[in-house]
Amino acid sequence: MSHAPQTRSLLSGNEAIARGAWEAGVTMATGYPGTPSTEILEAVSHYAADIYCEWSPNEKVALEVAAGASLAGARSIVTMKHVGLNVAADPLMTLAYIGTVGGLVVCVADDPGMHSSQNEQDTRHYARLGKVPILEPSDSQEALEFVKLGLEISEKYSTPVILRSTTRVSHSSGGVTLADRAARGEIAGFVKDPQRFVPIPLYGRPMRVKLEERLTSLAVEANRSVANRIEWGDRSLGIIAEGIAYQYVRELVPEASVLKIGWVWPFPDDLIREFAAGVQKLLVVEELDPILEEHVRSLGISCEGRNKVPGIGELSADKLSPVLGGGSADGKPASDPGAAAGLPARPPGLCPACPHRGIFYALGKFDVAVTGDIGCYSLGVFPPLKRIDTILCMGAGISMAHGMQKAGEKRKVVGIVGDSTFFHSGITGLLDIAYNRGASTIIVVDNRTTAMTGHQEHPGTGRTLHGEDTISATVEEFGRACGITNIATVDPYDITATVAVVRTAVESDQPWLIVARSPCPLYTKKAPGSPRRVNKELCRKCKLCLKLGCPAIEWVNDEIRVNELLCGGCAMCEKTCKEGAFETAVGACNE
Amino acid sequence: MSSSGAVTGIVLVGVGGQGILLAAQITARAALIAGNDVKTNEVHGMAQRGGSVVAQIRFGQKVYSPLVPLGSAQVLLSLERIEALRFAELLSPDGLAVVSRQAIVPVTVSSGQAVYPADAEERLRSRFPRLVYVDAVAVGEKLCDTRVANVVLLGALSTALSLPLESWTEAISQCVKARFVEINVTAFQEGRALAASA
Repeated sequence: MSHAPQTRSLLSGNEAIARGAWEAGVTMATGYPGTPSTEILEAVSHYAADIYCEWSPNEKVALEVAAGASLAGARSIVTMKHVGLNVAADPLMTLAYIGTVGGLVVCVADDPGMHSSQNEQDTRHYARLGKVPILEPSDSQEALEFVKLGLEISEKYSTPVILRSTTRVSHSSGGVTLADRAARGEIAGFVKDPQRFVPIPLYGRPMRVKLEERLTSLAVEANRSVANRIEWGDRSLGIIAEGIAYQYVRELVPEASVLKIGWVWPFPDDLIREFAAGVQKLLVVEELDPILEEHVRSLGISCEGRNKVPGIGELSADKLSPVLGGGSADGKPASDPGAAAGLPARPPGLCPACPHRGIFYALGKFDVAVTGDIGCYSLGVFPPLKRIDTILCMGAGISMAHGMQKAGEKRKVVGIVGDSTFFHSGITGLLDIAYNRGASTIIVVDNRTTAMTGHQEHPGTGRTLHGEDTISATVEEFGRACGITNIATVDPYDITATVAVVRTAVESDQPWLIVARSPCPLYTKKAPGSPRRVNKELCRKCKLCLKLGCPAIEWVNDEIRVNELLCGGCAMCEKTCKEGAFETAVGACNE
Repeated sequence: MSSSGAVTGIVLVGVGGQGILLAAQITARAALIAGNDVKTNEVHGMAQRGGSVVAQIRFGQKVYSPLVPLGSAQVLLSLERIEALRFAELLSPDGLAVVSRQAIVPVTVSSGQAVYPADAEERLRSRFPRLVYVDAVAVGEKLCDTRVANVVLLGALSTALSLPLESWTEAISQCVKARFVEINVTAFQEGRALAASA
């Protein structure tokens, strides 16, 4: 495709990060999918002619690959969601010591409000922990500019830089001014320098000293960075704001004095002092943890913040309006929430014809504890399936099953993970079960894609991010290599066979690996079969089919009905019905 | 220089998979083509799996926040009838609600835990003084593609905004594949006609 610079375009924060990387001459981009960060690397893949990009098996690998590229002189970005940085924390902590050669920016998207995440951790803590600078854009234009700025800081100071986005920056679109790609020659290539790149204690201790010296220089630079600026206005109240919170503040009180912070750590102390001295009262507005606020106080400056601004969930102009006044809702009558009263909840759920449903339905027949994991199958927690009992983090569905079983849990313990999650961090847990003579049952629900984040490739799909054919790693072979001897593969749409396999596994005192394999129909865009309908003469209204939790099966006006527009023809209802009341809908083709 | 007075807010709601994101893209693009500063916001990820989905667009001379404040949207477009009620509080008291008659039963209802309101139309009419309540799916069937229901509703929505018609048609041609431009432009015009006669 052509990337001729138009002057202005409408880009999401994630697309703008990708664009910024391209414009800055980045040649390496890696990552692992995770909402709200996923679209960064998907957008980078549109520049595949200029940028090598890959979905790595997990975030740790992604950062290590980028670190290697950086040491060879390439400009690199790595993308992940906030909890992904926990996985990549190990390389990050020491990369700060050995430093970078080509610029390296770690793009991390936080999820205040937990729209699509299991926790609400604040990535800014990692900057301080890892002693690396962190930048935080407040809109798409800054997202593009800050990637470039981050790469420049990274090269000038030989440090990785974190770019922290949030859901509302990543998934909001705004006007962005585009430029052409910067011309950068061949990479310099890796230059051997053990005292710089090998942190054995002998060399690591001097690195530690250099690291602190670097932070002192970075703190000076933060004061004069374009990412931080004072916008003087009415001096009766000064507001320190960073990230998306800046936009909410400006929306509500355009006349206020604002210290806008885009380079969050090391803190720009001189600017903070200058700003505080110029206003009568000081308020810090930041999402999640009071990191800036606590630092301002540590400088001996009194301010308000968390006492007025909520620290749980995301902010919005509506939430800040009682604190700051202003807002377009100001003075309008309170809205009438009565309109929404009594509406049926519409939580996300497993799609019609989702192959995961077969496994949850089968598990419903046994008294087992089920340790779940991160992916679409986490939706198996909701009624009527209710077959996920715990979720912790990527891979924990396997390891926690082992721990629960070893602790002496009376019931059989079953762990469930998806295919992408298995390759991400499930293999070591499985190895642990075999090595330490465990007896839990692990079910890998293999739908041949990373479904929840929007169908990304992974090492088991046979395709790379560039769309090339490649190896297709199989779960069963990994299971055998780990030392698991009881391995079964089953088609989860075949309810009878699935129940039988699960029965064999949970009644055994051996570890079992069950691979429930069928592709996600949303990904293949191919329904498994023709829509079904209910033969009213045969249906005895036992409601057994409703236990499938299929959105296409409805209980309306005291009747079971199939919504043929939603039905994907997976025929699980047909297989569970004891009366044979489900049949192929009239007019549809035979399977 | 408060931006809020001059900013137009639009909220699009529905159920995951109905085409909310495309409708939002077309609207934002139309506003941009007409020379506005534009910000949008969408929900991705888990919420898309059959859950309630909301997209927001704001445009004007200068837009800061991508989120539409409560009670301020000029238009609320809903691809599903009761979703309009769920997000009603975002609409300005004098705003226009454009609602599809389509009902999609949530799993909480089909599994017998909750009841789908039988009086949805009455509730819509009493809650929204300015309501365009249309069978957008039927219009799509007439055009031989029910997937254009979202653009039919966009046509109705466009009657409440000051954006020029050319911006909309240009936006449609930028956002859909070439062979689908004609049917979508037709769907858009059908929607405008429906709003005019409502």
